[in-house]
Amino acid sequence: MNVPDDLKYAESHEWIRVEDGIGTVGITDHAQAELTDIVFVEPPKAGDAAEAGAAIAVVESVKAASDIYSPVSGEIVETNEALNDDPALLNTDPFGGGWIYKLRLTDFSQLDALKSPEDYRAQIAE
Amino acid sequence: MNLENPPRRTPLYHCHVAAGGRIVDFAGWEMPVQYSGILDEHRAVREAVGVFDISHMGEFFVEGRGAVAWLDGLLTNRVAKLAVGEAQYSLMLDERGGVIDDLIVYRTGSEAFLLIVNAAKIAEDAAWLRARPGADVTFVDRSDDYAALAVQGPLAGDVHERVFGTAMPSERNRVAAANFDGVPVTVVTTGYTGEEGFEIVAPAAAAETLWDAVIAAGAKPCGLGARDTLRLEMGYPLNGSDLSPERSPLEAGLGFFVDLTKPEFVGKAALEEQRATGLPSRLAALVVEEKSPPIRSHYPVWADGVVVGETCSGALSPSLGCGIAMAYLPPDLAKIGQRVEIEVRGKRYAASVRKKPLYTRAA
Repeated sequence: MNVPDDLKYAESHEWIRVEDGIGTVGITDHAQAELTDIVFVEPPKAGDAAEAGAAIAVVESVKAASDIYSPVSGEIVETNEALNDDPALLNTDPFGGGWIYKLRLTDFSQLDALKSPEDYRAQIAE
Repeated sequence: MNLENPPRRTPLYHCHVAAGGRIVDFAGWEMPVQYSGILDEHRAVREAVGVFDISHMGEFFVEGRGAVAWLDGLLTNRVAKLAVGEAQYSLMLDERGGVIDDLIVYRTGSEAFLLIVNAAKIAEDAAWLRARPGADVTFVDRSDDYAALAVQGPLAGDVHERVFGTAMPSERNRVAAANFDGVPVTVVTTGYTGEEGFEIVAPAAAAETLWDAVIAAGAKPCGLGARDTLRLEMGYPLNGSDLSPERSPLEAGLGFFVDLTKPEFVGKAALEEQRATGLPSRLAALVVEEKSPPIRSHYPVWADGVVVGETCSGALSPSLGCGIAMAYLPPDLAKIGQRVEIEVRGKRYAASVRKKPLYTRAA
């Protein structure tokens, strides 16, 4: 399983990349492999408030709907329009074209509570 | 874990794990929900050929001079009209006309029948039948002794030829004895996908070699996930979701398999009364007419601004690329073309009642 070194991870299998105060969030390679064929993504709306650990989006595979939990709190600034037509980007490019939303972080200390790539690798190896 | 009812495994469990099957609990059985992916497996069955392990289903054997009369006095369809070598869909009802189980009755001899019943209902069906003994008839539940495979898809005939060295019977709903590697098996041309194909009932000990032979002959391993999307595109009901003791086969649109001209079967009086007074609901097949999340069971169905029912099955149809579902609706709202809405997480999506099957192959 791919676990890029430049990201932070939530125990609930989301990743976040922070640049210039904006966090980009998606689900991990491990999560997409577990969920299998993703056929629908219900993203948040720009302007929505995300709360760390709270459900913010829904991804649906053929078999089940799964909540996505925001790794950190903040204001949603953008969602990935491409997922509207091609939700399978979450399967094919989970750390790139399959990003789900971007948010403006309100509490940078929340990043310290997330997992390092090493810790996340250990989690999914269990 | 419930130690009194540990999960059961079919004789093919290790084959599923070896083939990369993702194992889930289904009616107390550890079964593969998918191998390569539900969409991929669905497509394989619609365009080529796939194989499903259906060994969890039950095999009952009914024999004797009284077999026809006994079955005709219990089940909804008319067994007497089956010739030897033919099969029919039928239902087992309670006295109130509610569905206990749906099953297929195969006439394997003039006085011999094979019944294939749903996995979750094996014990209940067997107890129900034993509680109603007949004259000159024996009933044996041999579900543990037999495995079964469903080979489905437009190329199923090729698999049949490679595995058995003979052409697949061209007619549906047939049953015949066959020989696999010296082992007597039963081949039936029934299925749950809407595609051509056959099913093989074989002794459990032969299951693994048979599975390997079917795959070597070109069939793709398919799990319960694809089995569900395939059957739902055809509008075939699933017992426990679309059929239940709370609904009659008339409400489920299965009147074709109910012979009310028979002198008696369990539930007949209740169905006659229901027919006389009017059905309380009808099972409708729905297609979503805009982009929507996959439809699942227990989603509210709206018409004219009020909730009129809920979905009992649903999916994102891999073949149609849109949401599909089934729901019991008031009869006047279950008519073809009726516009409804299906609510998903607080948002309503436009849908309409359609004729079954929802999927038909492009000509």
